[in-house]
Amino acid sequence: MAQTTVSELDYLKMTAWQKFCYKFTGFFKRLPLLFLNFFKITIPAKAKKFWQTVKGCGLTVGRAAKYGDWKTRTSFILFGFSQLARKQWLRGVLLLVFELVFILYMALFGGQYLGLLGSLGKLERGEHLDEYGNWVYSEGDNSLLILLYGILTIMFIICFVYAWYKSIKSAYGTQLMVEARRKLATAKEDINALNDEQYHKTLLAVPLAGLTIFTIIPIIFMIFLAFTNYDQYHMPPTKLFTWIGWDNFANVFGSGLSQAENFGYTFARLLLWTVIWALFATFSNYILGMIVAIIINKKGIRFKKLWRTILVMTIAVPQFVSLLLMSQMLGDNGAINKLLEGCGLIQPGNPIPFLTDGTLAKVTIIVVNIWIGIPYTMLISTGILMNIPEDLYESAKIDGAGPVKAFFKITLPYMLHVTAPYLITQFIGNLNNFNVIYLLTGGGPLTSEFTGGAGKTDLLITWLYKLVMQKQLYGMAAVISILMFIVTAVVSLIVYNRSSAVKNEEDFM
Amino acid sequence: MTKKYRSKKAVERGTNAAIYIILIIISILWLFPFFYLIIQSLRGESGIATAYFFPKEWTFDNYIKLWTDTKDYNFPKWYGTTLIISLVVTVIQTTIVLITSYALSRLRFKLRKPLMNLMLILGMFPGFMSMTAVYFLLKLFGLTQDMGLVGLILVYVASSCMGYYISKGFFDTIPKSLDEAARIDGANRKTVFFKVILPLAKPIIIYTVLTAFMAPWGEYMFASLMAFGDQSYYNVAVGMKAMLDREVINDYFTRFCAAAVTVSLPITILFMWLQKYYVQGVTGGSVKG
Repeated sequence: MAQTTVSELDYLKMTAWQKFCYKFTGFFKRLPLLFLNFFKITIPAKAKKFWQTVKGCGLTVGRAAKYGDWKTRTSFILFGFSQLARKQWLRGVLLLVFELVFILYMALFGGQYLGLLGSLGKLERGEHLDEYGNWVYSEGDNSLLILLYGILTIMFIICFVYAWYKSIKSAYGTQLMVEARRKLATAKEDINALNDEQYHKTLLAVPLAGLTIFTIIPIIFMIFLAFTNYDQYHMPPTKLFTWIGWDNFANVFGSGLSQAENFGYTFARLLLWTVIWALFATFSNYILGMIVAIIINKKGIRFKKLWRTILVMTIAVPQFVSLLLMSQMLGDNGAINKLLEGCGLIQPGNPIPFLTDGTLAKVTIIVVNIWIGIPYTMLISTGILMNIPEDLYESAKIDGAGPVKAFFKITLPYMLHVTAPYLITQFIGNLNNFNVIYLLTGGGPLTSEFTGGAGKTDLLITWLYKLVMQKQLYGMAAVISILMFIVTAVVSLIVYNRSSAVKNEEDFM
Repeated sequence: MTKKYRSKKAVERGTNAAIYIILIIISILWLFPFFYLIIQSLRGESGIATAYFFPKEWTFDNYIKLWTDTKDYNFPKWYGTTLIISLVVTVIQTTIVLITSYALSRLRFKLRKPLMNLMLILGMFPGFMSMTAVYFLLKLFGLTQDMGLVGLILVYVASSCMGYYISKGFFDTIPKSLDEAARIDGANRKTVFFKVILPLAKPIIIYTVLTAFMAPWGEYMFASLMAFGDQSYYNVAVGMKAMLDREVINDYFTRFCAAAVTVSLPITILFMWLQKYYVQGVTGGSVKG
């Protein structure tokens, strides 16, 4: 722990604030070590385990080749042959059909894309005027589709290799069963197993297929995209794009050559604001929502249900409605300014720039977010607060603690303990909070300081949206996505490791 | 002694009064936008805002035009699209979330932990960026343009198994002895799931249905990407944002308010009705009653 450099006595003598600072700096001092350990210990351990698995698979295949009879050996080429020869019809037919589908796919579709993956297409779409003055296009390669279908094909090949391994393992297994004169599982038993011992396969097949096709493959695609020059000048189907290595990353970190724009500066500034925003948004909602819950919960306050219902209404109304409405009300010509003008509080033509002044806009966003967020925390904490044992407060009162002290010493620690997972998901959610920023200010006000269409209140996620939708800098956007992933992953790793509540939950499972 | 007691009571009364004042201010602050929204939707004058609170001319025109005047902005179509999307999404997503969380909570298999870690990591990627790839995948399957509705539904439900946390937490709290008793009686795992666990899972089913139904109504990012600027594929969120474009906002602001009321009303009623289950879901069963 942090106490290694300061003696325990010195540590105990510190004031609370010093202790906090000490722990805080200590944590960041240990951070490099944590990273180092991750690369030195965690990754080699995982790699070793993986290697052992592969070795085990190899051994199985080797054994099947050495001791297998001719039926098993034919299965090396013809999937499911061993099973079919031994009258396990269902398994055999399924394996055989899979092999046929794979061969058909590779021959008709996959093979050509795999070949082009290295260059992402050679033939550009041709265009020339025919004798009547119309543009005629000749078919060219489409880099985007080549990349996407190339990835699909690689995934399919991996599946094929796995199925090949499974088929051999099962073929050899069947042979051993027959030799030992044991009864083989019939098709009916196989199906029954899918409702019992193998039920997880039945349940998870569809969800995982969806996850693979619509999340995993697109993410792999995006990672590859970060190493290409896909932008508005290299837009398929008219133009080709190609691999450019780490150039996009170099652009972000300030040594870019191809684009003399300061991506690095913009990224750093937006990252700073993103983190500040997430901290403020999460904790202001959390603390204020809890305080509201406490005062509604207080003994002697009547109409508790009414107060709660009023607040809960904001959750029920779709968020985009309230956000769009707020953005209109707070605009320069919006209701608030007009009403203030009507009351004579501000001069006509001199509105308060709630959303158009950089600094004020940030404050406005945080305040509006409080307006949106308090009801959630209120709702969640109300029940938990009632679970805090009353005698804790009684004894605190006897010891002379006021309500403020009781809040910080009893309520807050208890709540933090119970709601830590909620707080973590909130924080990560806020790092990527698209709706609040985009619908409220659209990232504005714009500034010439930043590049890629970023404004002063843009979060990284809204900037990403602009890079794709307005600037069409797909390659750069992919790089930003990867960096955002790293930021989120690091933050969540730190928080997960630090929060005891999460660990307890794991123990509970 | 009595005097001290009385003064204490006076202090108590003072704090309570202060709290009431705070609560009233909070209520006004929270209700004002909605109140304003309803009033604006009934305003006869055009324009973004007026310098007075109550309109001089009250009218239902905005609502009538919203549903009949579909030349520029086809609100009925957007509404229908969103309604279909959210109904289908609700059914599929609830099924997927329930079976995933049951499998991860109750069944033991080799890939359980790696799978949970994988989903945790996948959740950290900004989902938006991979939408380009998703778009081309959908195109490959022929699910864009006229089939765009199906494509959008697929996108919403495809990764919904990643939202298993809350219902898995719920299944974890159901005692294992129930499963074991049923299995001793000869039930297989499928029967256990349908006959033992699901009947006990009513609160979490309602929670999942509620959140799944509400989400598509406010979804902007993916819907706008999938529509590719084509009005007829908008959902309400994208469509209503279009009503607030700088060029048209002066004519359409009051109609936007009417649309907002139309969209919010059913969802608000549904939510208020099922609020109890929502709270239970969010607090992960740590709250009783």
